[in-house]
Amino acid sequence: MNLPETILIIDDEVQIRRLLEITLSSNGYKISEAATGKDGLIAAATNHPVLVILDLGLPDIDGIEILKKLREWYLKPIIILSVRNSEEDIIHALDNGANDYLTKPFRTGELLARIRVASRQVQNISDKPILEFGSLSIDLTNHIVRKNSELLKLTSTEFSLLSLLAKNEGRVLTHQYILKEVWGMGYIEQTQYLRVFIAQLRKKVEDDPARPKLLNTESGIGYRFGS
Amino acid sequence: MDIIDNRPDPDELLASLKFEEERSKRGKLKIFFGMCAGVGKTYTMLQTAQAEKLKGNDIVIGYVETHNRKETAELAEGFELIPRKTYQYKSTTVQEMDLDAIIARKPRVVLVDELAHSNSPGSRHTKRCQDVLEILDNGISVYTTLNVQHLESRSDTVSQITGIIVRETLPDEIFENADEIEVIDLTPDELLQRLSDGKVYTPERSKEAIGSFFRKGNITALREMALRIVADRVDKQLHEYMQLKRIKGPWKSGLHLLVAVSHTQQSAKLLRWAKNLSYTMGADLQAVYVETSYKLTPKESEQLNKNINLSRQLGIKFRFVTNNDMVKAIVDFAQKENITHIIIGKPRVRNLLTLLRLGNFVNRLIRYSGNIDVYILGSDIKSTDKFKEKVSLPSFTSNIRQYFAATLIVVITALACFSIKEFIGYQVVSFALLFVVSTLAFFFGTGPILVSATLSALIWDFFFIPPPYTLHVDKPEDMLMLIMFFIIALLSGVLTSRIKRQEMKIRRREERTNALYQLTRELSTASGFEEVINIAKNDIKKYFDLRCRILLRNDTNQLDCPNQIDSGIILSKNDVSVAAWTFQHSAKAGKHTDTLPSSKYTFYPLKGNQMNLGVIAIQQTNVFTLGEEQFWDAFISQISGKFEREYLRDMAKQAFLLNESDKLYKTLFNSISHELRIPVATIMGASDSLLTSLHPEEIRKELSQEIFKASKRLNRLIDNLLNMSRLESGRITPRLDWCDIHDLINKVSENLQDELKPFRLHVVIPDDMPLVKIDFGLIEQVLYNLIYNATQYASISINLRVKAFYENGIMTLQVMDRGPGFPGKEISFIFNKFYRVEGSKAGGTGLGLSIAKGFVEAHEGTITVRNRQNGGAIFTIKIPTEILHIDF
Repeated sequence: MNLPETILIIDDEVQIRRLLEITLSSNGYKISEAATGKDGLIAAATNHPVLVILDLGLPDIDGIEILKKLREWYLKPIIILSVRNSEEDIIHALDNGANDYLTKPFRTGELLARIRVASRQVQNISDKPILEFGSLSIDLTNHIVRKNSELLKLTSTEFSLLSLLAKNEGRVLTHQYILKEVWGMGYIEQTQYLRVFIAQLRKKVEDDPARPKLLNTESGIGYRFGS
Repeated sequence: MDIIDNRPDPDELLASLKFEEERSKRGKLKIFFGMCAGVGKTYTMLQTAQAEKLKGNDIVIGYVETHNRKETAELAEGFELIPRKTYQYKSTTVQEMDLDAIIARKPRVVLVDELAHSNSPGSRHTKRCQDVLEILDNGISVYTTLNVQHLESRSDTVSQITGIIVRETLPDEIFENADEIEVIDLTPDELLQRLSDGKVYTPERSKEAIGSFFRKGNITALREMALRIVADRVDKQLHEYMQLKRIKGPWKSGLHLLVAVSHTQQSAKLLRWAKNLSYTMGADLQAVYVETSYKLTPKESEQLNKNINLSRQLGIKFRFVTNNDMVKAIVDFAQKENITHIIIGKPRVRNLLTLLRLGNFVNRLIRYSGNIDVYILGSDIKSTDKFKEKVSLPSFTSNIRQYFAATLIVVITALACFSIKEFIGYQVVSFALLFVVSTLAFFFGTGPILVSATLSALIWDFFFIPPPYTLHVDKPEDMLMLIMFFIIALLSGVLTSRIKRQEMKIRRREERTNALYQLTRELSTASGFEEVINIAKNDIKKYFDLRCRILLRNDTNQLDCPNQIDSGIILSKNDVSVAAWTFQHSAKAGKHTDTLPSSKYTFYPLKGNQMNLGVIAIQQTNVFTLGEEQFWDAFISQISGKFEREYLRDMAKQAFLLNESDKLYKTLFNSISHELRIPVATIMGASDSLLTSLHPEEIRKELSQEIFKASKRLNRLIDNLLNMSRLESGRITPRLDWCDIHDLINKVSENLQDELKPFRLHVVIPDDMPLVKIDFGLIEQVLYNLIYNATQYASISINLRVKAFYENGIMTLQVMDRGPGFPGKEISFIFNKFYRVEGSKAGGTGLGLSIAKGFVEAHEGTITVRNRQNGGAIFTIKIPTEILHIDF
């Protein structure tokens, strides 16, 4: 039997902390709380949380600064939970090492799902050679993709894109990140490539390309695979 | 009998009342007036103050000179003394009244001795009376002293009587406008007694004084003058009083005097004399200067400026007219202004040229003036002319090179003629020379022309007219020709150069008119203070060759001086305070003026019709000439006018915005409070029910769902409000990025999947739809709002259609439903904020469509709506965009 894992909540609103505490503890997590950025940094160092839920609007230090400080040594997932909902803010947080971003108000079901995805990524780091999503299977070592056991013909760029997204299942990847990983540093402004390849991939891997289930758009931010 | 004469003139009454009203806010000026030093003005002033002080009035001494007189010093001891300010002037230290300290202390009455005193350099104003006016402006009353010889209009007469030149003078206007005047009178014998008793000066000085200034004859004359002035004043006050109270009686004389002024020193005297006359006649007075084509020497224009300033000091309105015919100009002006008496000085003929110019000035004026009386004041300028003018013909000031060139050309012509003398004969030579002289007149001034005319006459006579090489002329016809030659050469030369001068004047005036026109034109298209300032600076540089700096008022009616250095003009702390003074008093100050002349810059107020707009600072080396000053005034009044319009426009805009935001605020309150309450009520009710009652599982789930739905509604409202405020603040700039329209519509339908459940959404996108460059988030919101609206109202049919296509640089998105559509008369309002179609169902704030419109417009696109033929509405969005074709 595993010991309950600790999740650290850094948020100055008592009501939000209370809500998270109820939700998360009823789902088997142990909770550690901090109302300020300073306390949050101490708690992260002393309580060994498996995941941090961080608010950006803290009274003492700006959330992005906390994020940067945490990321200097903390390797486990950090999920941002904030009322800031502009695309710039979200991209900025993701670029600075946040694993995921949820805007308030949020659905607790959604939050739990994101927590699960984020924790799974940490475990999955020891690459499985074949990823399976329903009728889709991706063989990462042999570069083979099958749908309903049928072999799909993908170009090498399509494969790189699909495998990048699939390996980060459930996680938002920003446009810039994807472009950098698949095409290279020089291409981070060329979002049109991404649009074209995503549209092509959807036609090949989705059951209904008009209602994608695997390659999901995050408006103005990037893409998220599955879930 | 003329009935109108018995009624008070309404304009004058109004002016009189206005004057009274203004006066009541100011402090009162009381002058203790005497015939000369030693009559006890200061003593009486202190005594009066003492009595007032006993009544409990707050009285302080600003500046009192006791001249070591014992009684006076004793009296002064009982008062609070405002410490004097020390100025370092060259190697001596001078003590002056501390103006700012007095204003800061704000007593009820301040005692200030010797009103006509001139301040030492470095003080704010050159004269003490200006200090006093400023004190009065601050609501503080002033007691002061004055001798009759210091009155500007009497100074000449006093000089004549006593032989002493009065240097410190007081503008008559201040004296005339004083609230109260108390005469301190002594008989000459009493005064002389006091002097010899040593009550006025030390014994040695007394002796000296009695011998020179304080002669009995002098004292008597001065005494008469002082009493006369005060009597006149009482007379005038009585008139004014009667007019104010509508008392029947002899009205104001109805006389209007006009004094014609020239650029001579004599005119200064003429002005003073005219002032006295108008005062005793009870007539009003204006001065006129006729500008002709005659070019003033620097000295003359300086004297003219002095005359203008003097007339301002005397309170005489000064006017300019331009006409080459002085007589006609004066008479025309007089008739236009209903003048009854014209005053002129007897012209002094100094030389032939002035005689030519003035012509028969006096006679003609008398002939043309008709029923207007003409006074002619004799000229005895020599008696007071201390700085004797050098007699110089103005046009001889042409430079030496012109004389040289003219002589040379005449000599060359003569040489040329001499060489061909045998062929053409001596008579033709005269024509050649005449031709040359006339031609020269186009290029040179009068002086060189006179020289070349004389020279050519002499040359012709000496070298050509037989017998040659003598000045002697044999034949009488040759003699006649020689004389005629000389006269014609002279006349044509002088006339031509005169025409040229006139032409130059006209050209200069044209240039100025043109400059003003240019300025007006540039200003008319300018908008914003920044642009107006730039235009002003450029044009002032262009037409006056001056660097300037413009300081503007701020909203609190203070002068704004954001930084010290700008456009090469560095304002020191002192300069800034001069600017502030100029702004407050709307009068020019600084260099070349009477106020704060120590500054490096001259400051002119920018006056609008209703307010002061600011100050313009310029660095001039030379004082403006008369014409330049007029031009400058016209120039800056244009600029001020523009600033005022800008300022008023800003104010109107602010008021409008305030009004709009007020309206918005109210609507927001009405509509939002309702919209907020409903979901909050649901949440409170449902959660309360969950807390207090034990419901079966099913009911609990339903209540929770209600809470969830209400929260979503609240959230949507907040999003809308936030979007609206983003739009309102103008902070929306689309982040354009490549976008796949399929993706966009998918995303919207995914977000609206609950609402869309009862509907069938048809998405129509052509196969060759390119990528478009738009802000994904914003357009997603637009589509969301439109489709959400359709789901709320289009309950008649389950079919919704979204169509996208691209044509000629424009992307079109259409949302169609088969709902009830919009009532025809309301369809044009539905994009307005908070507008809700009459009878529409509960819920909704009327924000969704206006947000959609705002976001589309942020893309420089349009959104329109119309009803469809078989029912329902169709929204069409058109956005100009870049595209990228893709092949799938």
